[in-house]
Amino acid sequence: MEKLRRTMLFMPGNNPGMLQDAAILGADSIILDLEDAVSLTEKDSARILVREAIKTIDYSQVEVVVRVNPLDTEFGPQDVDMIARVKPDTLLIPKANEEEIKLVDILLDKIEKEEGYPPGSIKIIALIETALGLENVYNVVQASTRTVGVLLGGEDLTADLGIERTKEGEEIFYARNKVATVCRALKVDAIDTPFTDINDYEGLEKDTAKAKGLGLTGKSAINPRQIETIHSVFAPTEDELKRALRILDAMEEAEKEGKGCCSLDGKMIDAPVINRAACTVDQGIRLGLISGEGGAR
Amino acid sequence: MKTILGREIPDYIEGYGQVRPFQGAFSKVGVKNRTAVKLTSVIPNEHKVLPSLEDALDKLEIADGMTISFHHHLRNGDYVLNIVMERLAARGVKDLTVAASSIFPIHAPLVEHIESGVVSGLVANYISGPVAEAVSRGELKKPAIMQTHGGRARAIESGDLHIDVAFLAAPTADNYGNINGVYGNAACGSLGYAVADAEYADKTIAITDHLVPYPAYPIEISQVFIDYIVKIDSIGDPKGIVSGTTRITKDPVALIIAKRATEVIKASGLVREGMSFQTGAGGTSLAVAAELKKIMQHEGVVGSFASGGITGYLVEMLEEGLFRSLFDVQCFDLKAIESYRDNPTHQFMSASMYGNPHTKGAVVNNLDIMILGATEIDTDFNVNVTTGSSGMIMGGSGGHSDTAAGSKLAIVVTNLMKARLPIIKDKVITVTTPGESIDVVVTERGIAVNPKRVDLLEKLRMTNLPLMTIEELKLLAEKITGVPKGVETSEKIVAVVEYRDGSVIDIVRKVDLVS
Repeated sequence: MEKLRRTMLFMPGNNPGMLQDAAILGADSIILDLEDAVSLTEKDSARILVREAIKTIDYSQVEVVVRVNPLDTEFGPQDVDMIARVKPDTLLIPKANEEEIKLVDILLDKIEKEEGYPPGSIKIIALIETALGLENVYNVVQASTRTVGVLLGGEDLTADLGIERTKEGEEIFYARNKVATVCRALKVDAIDTPFTDINDYEGLEKDTAKAKGLGLTGKSAINPRQIETIHSVFAPTEDELKRALRILDAMEEAEKEGKGCCSLDGKMIDAPVINRAACTVDQGIRLGLISGEGGAR
Repeated sequence: MKTILGREIPDYIEGYGQVRPFQGAFSKVGVKNRTAVKLTSVIPNEHKVLPSLEDALDKLEIADGMTISFHHHLRNGDYVLNIVMERLAARGVKDLTVAASSIFPIHAPLVEHIESGVVSGLVANYISGPVAEAVSRGELKKPAIMQTHGGRARAIESGDLHIDVAFLAAPTADNYGNINGVYGNAACGSLGYAVADAEYADKTIAITDHLVPYPAYPIEISQVFIDYIVKIDSIGDPKGIVSGTTRITKDPVALIIAKRATEVIKASGLVREGMSFQTGAGGTSLAVAAELKKIMQHEGVVGSFASGGITGYLVEMLEEGLFRSLFDVQCFDLKAIESYRDNPTHQFMSASMYGNPHTKGAVVNNLDIMILGATEIDTDFNVNVTTGSSGMIMGGSGGHSDTAAGSKLAIVVTNLMKARLPIIKDKVITVTTPGESIDVVVTERGIAVNPKRVDLLEKLRMTNLPLMTIEELKLLAEKITGVPKGVETSEKIVAVVEYRDGSVIDIVRKVDLVS
């Protein structure tokens, strides 16, 4: 079963207390940040701290992602070299374009070989936060088979576009559409930009619903208190789950009776409806909302 | 001699007397007596207001070896204890026992009186700050007696703790001794902890800075218990008495613990019409109230009462209709004081009504859910809130043991590690509350149910909550922190920890500190 990435929580890579507790905060993935959260004078110590944290702390089921510094800085390649050797689940590559992803892919091939890790076991998520990266996002994802998702960085993208970033987020409508569509086409996760007002839960809920409505599959968070709200938006509702289960039951019945198609509540059930219901039930099982046998809890 | 918990304690402790070892939370119930009270009747035309504290001290005839009492409603803003002790020291009185319901850092001058022999005994439910350190260093002549809120009321009413003179800090008093805590510069709200002192002391004096024309209203403690009244300039600093507003913590780990605790409550089946709830004012405890509020709103449940020390947050829940009533022994903030003064469903509760085990039923007996803190917990679920990780006194039961014993579901909420130290031990340094009263321990990394609560365990197994045994939880912490070395203590007993029924549940020994 593939890992869910409803929430990816950014955590500063230079805070030992937070690194220790990162796994218990409820996020599906944690992003240990060596880039923006760490000042230039602390780049080396944070890198060592994150390496030791990954070696020492049991993050159990939580995906450990490390955001390295941009590959065109002196820190980026050093980050990849030191961190990949302790085998995080995934690297998050900032200001991603094709060249960066290809370069990381080569570095990871070499490190995996040297360390005896299975080839391709360290994954990549591309952080799309430039106009060029956004326009080229299809090729960025295609640049490495390690790529499992795209994270949209709304703040840097709007800065690059020279436009204002607003709470309503109309300015990233196109970017969200583009990322969602490409990711769906290439079957990788599309992770939304964080919502930066950490005390506005209503705004967060609306923003998350907007992203979900456009086809993004998860959202990054910058504070643990945002996780619950994001999960509640991405979780199927009880009604959605019940209906999905009924659809699958009706289909099963129809199959037993040898019918090619069926209907529920007077409406025709066709393949897209069944696929969607199967996705909903699958998500419900993965979230523990229903048991594998299909009974609602 | 051993307690039922296997704690080795002497049969007789010098300065304390014969020891009755703890034999179980409800081993000393049954028919009880209250002590008779000695009083001097007051006839018409007699005046109770005295011109000064000096005049009052002349009249009270305080002699060497007497026990004098204070309440702690003015908390860390209290001036009264310090003023009275300074005057008594100046008069050359020796060997006093100070029975204060709690002692705070503001009472630091007491250390000098301990060193000079003015004070040789202490009885309190909670001690923090310099006095706690002095007791831990072994400077008090007799061992301090650490009680519970309910236990103190029991001790006074039974005569186990005889008070010669009670000094009652009174935010408002009239000239015949009617008292309340809701008006005046030093308003503190409920005076629940002062009631037993007023009713059972040989002499009771009200010390106020807000003397009002007769009669004062409302009346919390009535004129029939008060011998004298004295007005002084100020009885306390409002800034130390109450906090402005109590806020819910933003600490993500504390919030996770609170959320888990609330899920435990929900799974227990106790979220239901008429439910009752108590929690402390600490960060995680208050966050549980916030989480519980969401569930109560979602389920449309109205609780019967919330109790204890009352915060503005519980007042909000009352005003929003989530509880029908509050039982208030002590107000923690201004909002609680205002509500207690103005809202008749926000009711008064004395310490005895709150937690005295030897009454015809304390409020804790009606409590469904209790949220508790812990400094340490051991694998038998015994809780320490009396001494810190170094073995120094830094608190005490307060209402911990009372509510744990009375409630249907006593939940300890705590971080699994605090400041790099694991919280779960093989043996706690000091037992404050026995494990038999604790039902479940909730931490950010796992939940341990007392194996005696098979029913609860079965219910929680139906959820996704991370259940573990307490031993597994302990190992989980030690995997990260390692196993710290035990505290080394000397033979000298510095404090006796009394359970609420008056038996001795543990003793605190002097800690040998590396200087």
